[in-house]
Amino acid sequence: MSETLSDQTAGATSGTASANALELTGVSKLFGALAALSEIDLAIKPGERRAVLGSNGAGKTTLFNCITGDFLPSSGRIRMFGEDVTRFPAQERIRRGLRRTYQISLLFNGLTVRDNVYLACRGVSRGRYSFLRPRADDSLMHASEELIAAVHLTDLIDTPVAVLAYGQQRQLEIALALAGAPRLILFDEPAAGLSPTERRELVEILTGLPGHIGYVIIEHDMDVALRVAERVTMMHNGRIFKEGLPEEIENDPEVQALYLGDGHE
Amino acid sequence: MQSNLPDTPLANPTAPRWWLWIVDRIAAIPGRAWAVMLILLVMPLVANDFFLFQIFGWSFILGIVALSLMFLAGYGGMVSLIQMSVAGLAGYMVALFGESGTAISLGLPWWFVIPLAIAIATLFGSLVGLLAVRTEGIYTIMITLAMASAFYYFTRQNYTIFNGYTGFNLVLPPALFGVDWRQPVAFYYLTLVVAGLCHLLVTYVSRAPFGLALQGVRDNPRRMAALGFNVTAHRVAAYAFASVLASIGGILLVWQNAQIAPGTAGIHATFDILIIAVIGGLSRPSGPFLGAFLFVLLATFAPDVLRAIGASGERYKMLIGAIFLIVVFVSPDGLLGLWERWKARMVRDDMMRGGGGVDR
Repeated sequence: MSETLSDQTAGATSGTASANALELTGVSKLFGALAALSEIDLAIKPGERRAVLGSNGAGKTTLFNCITGDFLPSSGRIRMFGEDVTRFPAQERIRRGLRRTYQISLLFNGLTVRDNVYLACRGVSRGRYSFLRPRADDSLMHASEELIAAVHLTDLIDTPVAVLAYGQQRQLEIALALAGAPRLILFDEPAAGLSPTERRELVEILTGLPGHIGYVIIEHDMDVALRVAERVTMMHNGRIFKEGLPEEIENDPEVQALYLGDGHE
Repeated sequence: MQSNLPDTPLANPTAPRWWLWIVDRIAAIPGRAWAVMLILLVMPLVANDFFLFQIFGWSFILGIVALSLMFLAGYGGMVSLIQMSVAGLAGYMVALFGESGTAISLGLPWWFVIPLAIAIATLFGSLVGLLAVRTEGIYTIMITLAMASAFYYFTRQNYTIFNGYTGFNLVLPPALFGVDWRQPVAFYYLTLVVAGLCHLLVTYVSRAPFGLALQGVRDNPRRMAALGFNVTAHRVAAYAFASVLASIGGILLVWQNAQIAPGTAGIHATFDILIIAVIGGLSRPSGPFLGAFLFVLLATFAPDVLRAIGASGERYKMLIGAIFLIVVFVSPDGLLGLWERWKARMVRDDMMRGGGGVDR
């Protein structure tokens, strides 16, 4: 097992300083005859905050699944921090500093809030197979409690996840993605279904992240997307349609015709 | 005022850490568990030899094997039907490498044979796991059932290792400390202590990172990979751990019967373990032991009960089947589920009557 290798990478030991956090070259994903992604070229610099926009079926979530390793791309290369991870299983990419949240919360319903976050911390450290229970002064347990506090769930720390309200589950999703030492986080519609207050809290959490943590966020809510992103990538029919600064994209007539004009909630 | 109380270790700051830890643990054991432990410890004062050896001894052994299934199914979401074969293989290995009344036994010393038997059976269980973890749900059941059948027919046909139909007889536990461990009282305490340790171990591991992560794999394997866990490796490790438990049960079983033959780990025995685990309940380690106790009572006394009401004694399996159906029908989580619901009702009634808290 390559655990000893991957556990070291949290402190940016692998890859060169100039390498992009994420670099996709010519990534395509075919489902039978359907091209969910075709010839995607994308480069995210370390610490960069990028929003990905596009209508339903534009291929945004498929893109995330290819980056995480849930699917292998049909063609093309994926590099993370200078390292070719195209054929790596998901857990190896995660151990190199990638994190992601899911559009529909994927949590461990049989476990408590504390155990969910503890597992996230444990997954990117040693002792994944440990038979010893964490002691009272366990550093990962301490880290878990801090993450839970950061997403305002301390009062519910010993509550089973299954009984949490929807918005609280979304917050827990984010806590899981912040565990360990993330370097690049993929947020898949984190604001979907949240109340205005919860959206404000979400924007605070995202903008408050340390500068070395970059992220890519899929977001339908333009107010959220344009406030938390430095650059915006617009996807359409599995291709990259436009890329630019938030203002440029917002004012682009083609983008407005395609996306903002029709079906923008 | 001078206190007459002796210094308790809790109040003693110079006590070593491990001692404080043990005292802490013991203080955390609920009163109900103390009561069960006390009753089981004094059981030989009231129960006769038949009960100690045949009812309790057998219950503890089947409980250990079913516990290995509970660990896989309850915490890992993997219903494995290979557990009885793993137990059987461990029993066979003890008979083959140790002493028995069969010529092909090698007669090696027990301290070498027991770890070897556990290691071989665990390897076998892990290899089956390696194949089974690539499947989900009903396919896991099918593939492990296929392996269990293959194992059964192999033991019947192979004479060089398994001695075919006859198997091995006169397989006796080592006379350690000069005790005949097949004497009912000695065997009772042997199986009680081993079962208790297995129960403790599973309870402890369920809250350790390995067990927690297994429950994470059960709830959401895809997310576990996205948190950095190797889901396949974790599942195989769970099979390995469960195989160790099952092989311990298998060794005790061969000692209890003093013999082992293909039927010991046959298809019937495979399903018996599944029935025990489901009747007892898969949510906690005590479930399999409850289920095993009920199963053993039924298997032992059902023929007599049937004869008493004028029916044919051979139909006792029908009675077991009917009770299995009733338990599953009334409570999806077996006897444990019934107990939980009864407790919940007691609490509710207490609150209705205006009683403040519930006495634990």
